[in-house]
Amino acid sequence: MPTEIADPRYDYALRPPRLPQPVDESMASQPIDTDIRLGMYRKLHLLRQWSKRAHDLFLQNLVKGTTHLSLGQEAVATGFSTAMRPDDYTFATYRGHAHSLSRGMDPGEALAELLGRSNGVLGGKGGSMHLTDVEKGMMGSYAIIGAHLCIANGAAWSAQMRGTDQVAVCFFGDGTTNIGAFHEALNMAKIWSLPVVFVCENNLYMEYTPIDIVTAVPRPAADRAPAYGLDPIVVDGNDPDAVYLTAKAAIDKARSGGGPSLIEAQTYRHGGHSRADPGKYRPAEEIEAWKGRDPIPMYHDRLLTLGTPEETLTGIEREVAGVVDAATEFAKSGPEPGEAELFRNVWADGGAEWRN
Amino acid sequence: MAELNIAQAINSALDTALSSDDRVLILGEDVGRAGGVFRVTDGLRNRYGAERVVDTPVAESGIIGAAFGLAVAGMRPVAEIQFLGFSYPAYDQIVNHVARIRNRTNHRHTSPMVIRMPYGGGIGAAEHHSESTEAVYVHIPGLKVVVPSTPKDARGLLLAAIEDPDPVIFLEPIRLYRAVKEHVPDIYYTVDIGPLRVEREGSDITLVSWGAMMRETRQAAGILAEAGVSVEVLDLRTLSPLDRDGIVASVEKTGRAVIVHEAPLTAGLGAEIAATIQERALYSLKTPVRRVTGWDTVFPLKRSEHHYLPSVDRIVAAAESALED
Repeated sequence: MPTEIADPRYDYALRPPRLPQPVDESMASQPIDTDIRLGMYRKLHLLRQWSKRAHDLFLQNLVKGTTHLSLGQEAVATGFSTAMRPDDYTFATYRGHAHSLSRGMDPGEALAELLGRSNGVLGGKGGSMHLTDVEKGMMGSYAIIGAHLCIANGAAWSAQMRGTDQVAVCFFGDGTTNIGAFHEALNMAKIWSLPVVFVCENNLYMEYTPIDIVTAVPRPAADRAPAYGLDPIVVDGNDPDAVYLTAKAAIDKARSGGGPSLIEAQTYRHGGHSRADPGKYRPAEEIEAWKGRDPIPMYHDRLLTLGTPEETLTGIEREVAGVVDAATEFAKSGPEPGEAELFRNVWADGGAEWRN
Repeated sequence: MAELNIAQAINSALDTALSSDDRVLILGEDVGRAGGVFRVTDGLRNRYGAERVVDTPVAESGIIGAAFGLAVAGMRPVAEIQFLGFSYPAYDQIVNHVARIRNRTNHRHTSPMVIRMPYGGGIGAAEHHSESTEAVYVHIPGLKVVVPSTPKDARGLLLAAIEDPDPVIFLEPIRLYRAVKEHVPDIYYTVDIGPLRVEREGSDITLVSWGAMMRETRQAAGILAEAGVSVEVLDLRTLSPLDRDGIVASVEKTGRAVIVHEAPLTAGLGAEIAATIQERALYSLKTPVRRVTGWDTVFPLKRSEHHYLPSVDRIVAAAESALED
């Protein structure tokens, strides 16, 4: 009978926990309109409740394949999308549900897409990892990560050439900072002063591996910024107000011709990397500490302190619950795609017949 | 109407596209001030400015990614990768994103863009500057692949590629850049992507090739014709979509086929063409299909290039053996 080796070099759960910073209480007194704050509260709830529903549907075997939730990271998508203009561009990774919904993708069509149904936003051809809604500025979720930073550059470049002052915001995880395309993209964005904001959602884990043991510097994004002539910007990714203000500053700068920014938002995912991962490589104390820094109850308390009546918040929560229930019914009612879908829209003629 | 070689014809097409469509821009390593390693973009930066003919860093993923982002946001980028063998750092962009975005977003996104890549032997600078891996891209659903062998086709196919709503890999035969000249109309015209060109009509045997190997194939056809053989020569021009009907129609007439390409034999495009002939024209065949190709090895240095590339003699010998059956 072999004995288990308890060694923090191999069992990451035995490492000292990476604990969150305390809440910056000064954020409560930042001059942010109440309407904006309530809008952010609603978004937080939409992203949370929708994702929990996606998880439930997964357990019911209705979502096939895999899915990557961002439970716990909602404040990043919320703060950024609130600071964006409707015609700005979003680029995200396979962990792109929150970024899609926060830009206004229909919750029912998004959920139907996860279920692979014909009434999904992409007709059931893209699935969980590829949510895209061009009309809403959601320019796509790119499941092979890194490449999309270069692609965001191109979209930002087009805005610069067309003189539309649109801004591209590109989200990615800490793991992406070790991919070559990250570095190619930052360099190009800087030399051409592109209107693009790169946002690293540092949730401390590159899939199953702690980011610090595979990265040359302590802060995977911020510590790389000076190499590209950019300021190292770190923000509390669990505080919607902090994210919103940081996002607004970077987006305003990009829009006014000031060039790119690289922002590291420090956050934590409550669950594992994907549905197959229970996330047990993380110390229990660490998970507990971060769950104690959950953006939603924190923001709830902040809004109460700022004078929003409890009933207002409860009303928002109930309204969102209704939206998510309706989305679920819509998604479940969709038909499964037929075989013909395999051949549809491979090429611009709408099909793939000349090859089949 | 001017007498142009292939490099000049491509330059003229880029010039026309830049002048007629504000959405067109050119990006790549050394394409601006230097005019490209083969001088194909010579003079365009002076005419259209550094903002539309853009020198990029040596960063193929960055170049193709940016071109793709430009395309999905409404522009018509023409990216240059200096050699086909340099495209592999951008393979992720091309295959995972450029080729598939339309399908996986169910047409919400399109990627109308052109990737120009010189390819094939000729400058004696070993594998990365010389190889002919077109089959790698032909294999990928969502990409179109074209390769001209004449100046007139070069201009017309490139203008068609820039107009095309799908991403197009545009391969340029290095050996032929300055090897052939012809009158090229300076009006705006396109050559359809898809149909092959019957370069020479005949009834005894079909020679099928494309790109740089068209030169040796033409010479072989000349030798065979002098010996009294009626040779049909097909220049495929487009490799994806492959003009299967055109190939089959020719073989049904001649009953014999020799496929010539400079890529290695195994899993080369010749295999796909031979399979198509077998599936659709087996009972017209008088003899097995022959393939004359590069060898299954790495493309060599200059002094061994002639050992590697299919020669006129090898093509003639393959045709003669087919004609004996």
